[in-house]
Amino acid sequence: MTDAASVSDVSKRFAKSPQAALDHVSLTVRPGEITGLVGPDGAGKTTLIRILTGLLHPDSGTVAVLGAAPGARSVDIGYMPQRFGLYEDLSVQQNLSLYAELRGLNRAERAAAFAHLLEFTDLKRFQTRLAGDLSGGMKQKLGLACALVKTPRLLLLDEPSVGVDPVSRRELWAMVQGLLGSGIAVLWATAYLDEAERCARVFLLSEGKIVFAGPPAELAKSCEGRIIRLTGFAGSRRDLLVRALDQPEVADGTIQGDAVRLLLRKAGVPPDFAKIGAGTALRSEPAEARFEDGFIDLLGGGPPGTSALAQDYAKVPAQTGPAILAAHLTKRFGSFTAADDINLDIRRGEIMGLLGPNGAGKSTTFKMMCGLLTPSSGTSAVGGHSFAGGAAAVRARLGYMAQKFSLYGDLSVAQNLAFFAGIYGIRRDRQQARIDALVHIFALERYLADNAATLPLGYKQRLALACAVIHEPPVLFLDEATSGVDPINRREFWCHIMGLVARGVTVLVTTHFMDEAEYCDRIALIYRARQIATGTPDELKRLASGDADMTMEDAFIALIAKADAAREAKAA
Amino acid sequence: MNLRRIVALIEKEGVQILRDPSTLLIAFVLPLILLFLFGYGVSLDTGHTRIGLVLESSSAPALGLAQSFENSAWFDVQLARSVAELRPELVAGRIRGIVVIPLDFGETEARAVRASPIEIIVDGSQPNTASFVAAYAEGVRAAWAQPRPPAVTLDARFTFNPELRSRFFLVPGAIAIVMTMIGTLLTALVIAREWERGTIEALFATPVTMGEFLISKLVPYFLLALGSMAMCTVLAVTVFGVPLRGSAWALLAIAATFLTSALGQGLFISAAVKNQFVASQIALLTAFLPAMLLSGFIFEIGSMPRALQYLTRIVPARYLIPSLQTVFVAGDIWRLFLPNMLALLGFGAVFAALTLRVTRKSLD
Amino acid sequence: MQRIRAMIIKELLATVRDPRARLTLILPPLLQLVVFALATTLEVKNFDVGVLDTSGGAASVAFEERLSGSRNVGRVVRLHSADELRAAIDLQTVLAAVVIDQRFDRDVAAARPARIGVVLDGRRSNAAQIVAGYLGAIAASVGAELRPDTAPQAGPASVLRNWFNPNLEYVWFTLPSLIVIICSVSALSVTAQSVARERELGTFEQLLVSPLRTHEILIGKMVPPMLSGLFNGTLYLVAAATVYGVPFTGSLLLFYTSLVVYLLSLIGVGMLVSTLSRTQQQAFLGAFLVTVPATLLSGYAGPVDNMPAWLQTISLADPCRHYLVIVLGLFLKAMPAREVWLNTYPMVIIAAVTLSAAFWLFKAKKE
Repeated sequence: MTDAASVSDVSKRFAKSPQAALDHVSLTVRPGEITGLVGPDGAGKTTLIRILTGLLHPDSGTVAVLGAAPGARSVDIGYMPQRFGLYEDLSVQQNLSLYAELRGLNRAERAAAFAHLLEFTDLKRFQTRLAGDLSGGMKQKLGLACALVKTPRLLLLDEPSVGVDPVSRRELWAMVQGLLGSGIAVLWATAYLDEAERCARVFLLSEGKIVFAGPPAELAKSCEGRIIRLTGFAGSRRDLLVRALDQPEVADGTIQGDAVRLLLRKAGVPPDFAKIGAGTALRSEPAEARFEDGFIDLLGGGPPGTSALAQDYAKVPAQTGPAILAAHLTKRFGSFTAADDINLDIRRGEIMGLLGPNGAGKSTTFKMMCGLLTPSSGTSAVGGHSFAGGAAAVRARLGYMAQKFSLYGDLSVAQNLAFFAGIYGIRRDRQQARIDALVHIFALERYLADNAATLPLGYKQRLALACAVIHEPPVLFLDEATSGVDPINRREFWCHIMGLVARGVTVLVTTHFMDEAEYCDRIALIYRARQIATGTPDELKRLASGDADMTMEDAFIALIAKADAAREAKAA
Repeated sequence: MNLRRIVALIEKEGVQILRDPSTLLIAFVLPLILLFLFGYGVSLDTGHTRIGLVLESSSAPALGLAQSFENSAWFDVQLARSVAELRPELVAGRIRGIVVIPLDFGETEARAVRASPIEIIVDGSQPNTASFVAAYAEGVRAAWAQPRPPAVTLDARFTFNPELRSRFFLVPGAIAIVMTMIGTLLTALVIAREWERGTIEALFATPVTMGEFLISKLVPYFLLALGSMAMCTVLAVTVFGVPLRGSAWALLAIAATFLTSALGQGLFISAAVKNQFVASQIALLTAFLPAMLLSGFIFEIGSMPRALQYLTRIVPARYLIPSLQTVFVAGDIWRLFLPNMLALLGFGAVFAALTLRVTRKSLD
Repeated sequence: MQRIRAMIIKELLATVRDPRARLTLILPPLLQLVVFALATTLEVKNFDVGVLDTSGGAASVAFEERLSGSRNVGRVVRLHSADELRAAIDLQTVLAAVVIDQRFDRDVAAARPARIGVVLDGRRSNAAQIVAGYLGAIAASVGAELRPDTAPQAGPASVLRNWFNPNLEYVWFTLPSLIVIICSVSALSVTAQSVARERELGTFEQLLVSPLRTHEILIGKMVPPMLSGLFNGTLYLVAAATVYGVPFTGSLLLFYTSLVVYLLSLIGVGMLVSTLSRTQQQAFLGAFLVTVPATLLSGYAGPVDNMPAWLQTISLADPCRHYLVIVLGLFLKAMPAREVWLNTYPMVIIAAVTLSAAFWLFKAKKE
């Protein structure tokens, strides 16, 4: 079997960057299977895919795509760039027609091909809708449909699932999987390691170099015997995780329901459980190694658990009422109800997760809760104060971090920090000390004078968090704050959040990463504008199927399916 | 070149034009505003200008001259006793000039000794108006005085525009501005937009060639500009009363050659900068302002400093304006059109070459 | 106060550090200072004149000598037939063509009133009209010379005095006017970008969840256009006085006071455009659609007096119109405070209306 694409010894350097984007990279993509391309942010995934499409030219090395030079066989290549490449002011049908014509689809086959694709992507109902008006998940499917409009021999997907909910993500995977039978070769770049795990082979890029190539199970195997699952410990699972991560024996750790899962540096050398205050009833059992473990291990392990940010953070005093409250929140846009009777009561020091498919009303709810949207009815309050009167005083007590990088790109790191210190009213004599402390905690020293827009993604995210907590707010609102961020940076981010929560900070978070949902104390699932389930992660899992051992993602999908079934039963 | 792909891309562009309010704004609303402003707002035809008249004498000749000023179609006269009284009015700009008929005016006329001159004071802060006021005031006086016929008089005949309506040159000029805006600004924006929105990446990964892509951008905006020009022409003739003495074919040919240059410039800008905002600023500075200022549209090129006169030679609109003004008010004068059209085609070729140099089907 | 201070610093930095904003801030003023100041003159100089002389007598030679000696005339092109004359006008080789026939010399010799014909290009009616004036003056003075008996008996019949600008220097009008134009271009474009940019870049929500109040945000956004306007005003004031030799006869205090009011009214209009725009592109187009009519109706391109009455009424809402009167008055006419105020208060009204509308819209459109 010949390779659909092969890259050997390719290097690429961009004029402005001191480091090579790709450094002697070799890779092959085979027909009939999905080849995964994973790696931290800025590792060179997009550069490599663009070289395969012929949009970028390598400085050295050879590239063959479908037996020819890149770009020569573009008729047979389906490519879906990171932003889907859709014309937002064209309808679904018009986007499909355009790509059909450009890729020279036979007119006779067209009707059948369109019917098949629209069926396949479930976009039939939306043919005349503008692409810009579709939800994230639907855009993603339309992007895929455009790439598939004339069955390609090589399909290149560049992080197709960023910012997309688990249901859509799973559907996308199933769609691509279904194509493999006809001998299509697929290269799939992703930041989701569970997706990578399901690929036939995986190439792991780090700083422009391939650090692993082979079946994902092989990488997982390197961690075999080093995974332990802790249950029955005293105290909270987050506290235990934080302390465990501080131990030199522990390379990485995550939360899974009521359990804490640790990756050890050496097999059979666990940390001193007494030292991490695990209590006497602790049960430690071996668990299966996963691709993610291998990934983190290969990249040197995760960050330590204790957050320097939390250490000198103002302790939030105990309070009686809820820290964040949503009572009968409803938002209507004309005849459309975006959020319908949402009720949340979040205690001091609690992490509340707001989950739901794209376009389900999660963002609307979130925006009403932090005062960006005025509810049509119902009230939202922070620290017992509603946004209705004296909103500025309420806003001074909350920190906010949004999915899109929302700092001032043309201002330097130092200027951004000074600005936020200023508008949050930090006293002038204390400003500099606070900024210095944050710069130190987030290791921003070498970037101080750089424009925020030019920072690497991981540092942008650190800066955004620094600005959000500069005034030590007792309440934090995080809106898909880790979207598109790689697993290592996400772990560091969550260590800070766990630390802050331990100081009494209350957090409301939305996310599409189901592993992050596990860090939450409680989760509210929003679907079709309604709050369909609320409870601890394990409660939700039990509600979904009675089995607390299922993954959060499975629970999420099962609960959505249940809601759909209930709605259909009611309609019938 | 694959015709099918070109047609598909042109269709796509057409749909986008119809859906994008800013395109329609530039192509159809802006022309209306410009035509309207130049048709009504910017008039260089002096009508009733307010002046002050200081009548120091009450002799019959003085009163007669004053009457002539009051009857004049050019002036609205405000009477006063002294210049001092009118000075604040002139400072405030409420009057544009003062005519002083001196105390001894009548007497000297009667005695036929030394004629004491009348005084014409004008507001020099607006030199153009000042010149007109001075000339017309002197005209009124001269007509009143009815001296012996001067030895030599000038018979001026204004061809093409005997009534000297400034609209006749301002409205065709405004059409030139409109075509510059659509050709250069819109084209500069649309390619930059594809870069900004990331759609160009998906497009370039298909078999589309650079040539096909550029043609698909040129054709719709070429047609759009012609459509907008046709709309302006109809308005110019029907609403603003500007004649179209040349043939529609000549107008079309002139417009088409200009558009090769304007569209070429737009393509080049967007190929070079890839950012909508910067592209629009550059289009404004290199196309709109020169077309307005350095094309001979309002301001005479011959009156500019030598260096600027040379600079105007690389302003495409400079080669459009004379042809447009001619085809509207004079007629088909091909000996004037052809050299100008040739120059415009030359610009088009230069821009095309530059564009091909800077664009490759690559993100490098 | 501290919040406003932080907001102002941020706005200033954002304006100075954004390369695009720098482009709109620096290029137009410099370009205008050179190109506008020198190019935008309605004077007609260096025009070419054709001469079709079928007489060749002493009188016609005298006229032609005077013609080529005139400092406004560029080239004198000799024409030999009516067809040549027609072609020269049609092809715009000359702006005017003088026709002198044999009767001219005979009439002058016989002491009869003599006539010179001139054909002018009506396509450029404004220039043609001015040229006709020049040529008429030449004809009159040649006539007086050839036949002294026809000259006015003694002394001139009228004396012309150009107040405020003795030599009718066009640049004395252009440069003060440019302060009006450049301030409107820069203040409108900078203000229009301000809110729209935050909306597009996604920083807008970050501001809205902060304790900043609406007026604090808006005040912060007003400072950069205000400063850039004051800077441009000062730059042009100094350049006008030193480089171009335009006198400044009024009060500096009045100049700056009215400039601040003028800028406030422009900022109000720009802020309205900005709050109504969702993207920078829309803001740019919006600002453009406002700037062009505002400058054309200001009286800079053509006197307000020449507009139809209803359009003159509309132009009252144009701050540029009022400030143009003030600037010309303060530069050339030593305009007193009362007159300045009469032209300032309409701008105060415009500023109050637009700023409060922008404030209200900003609050309403937060979501």
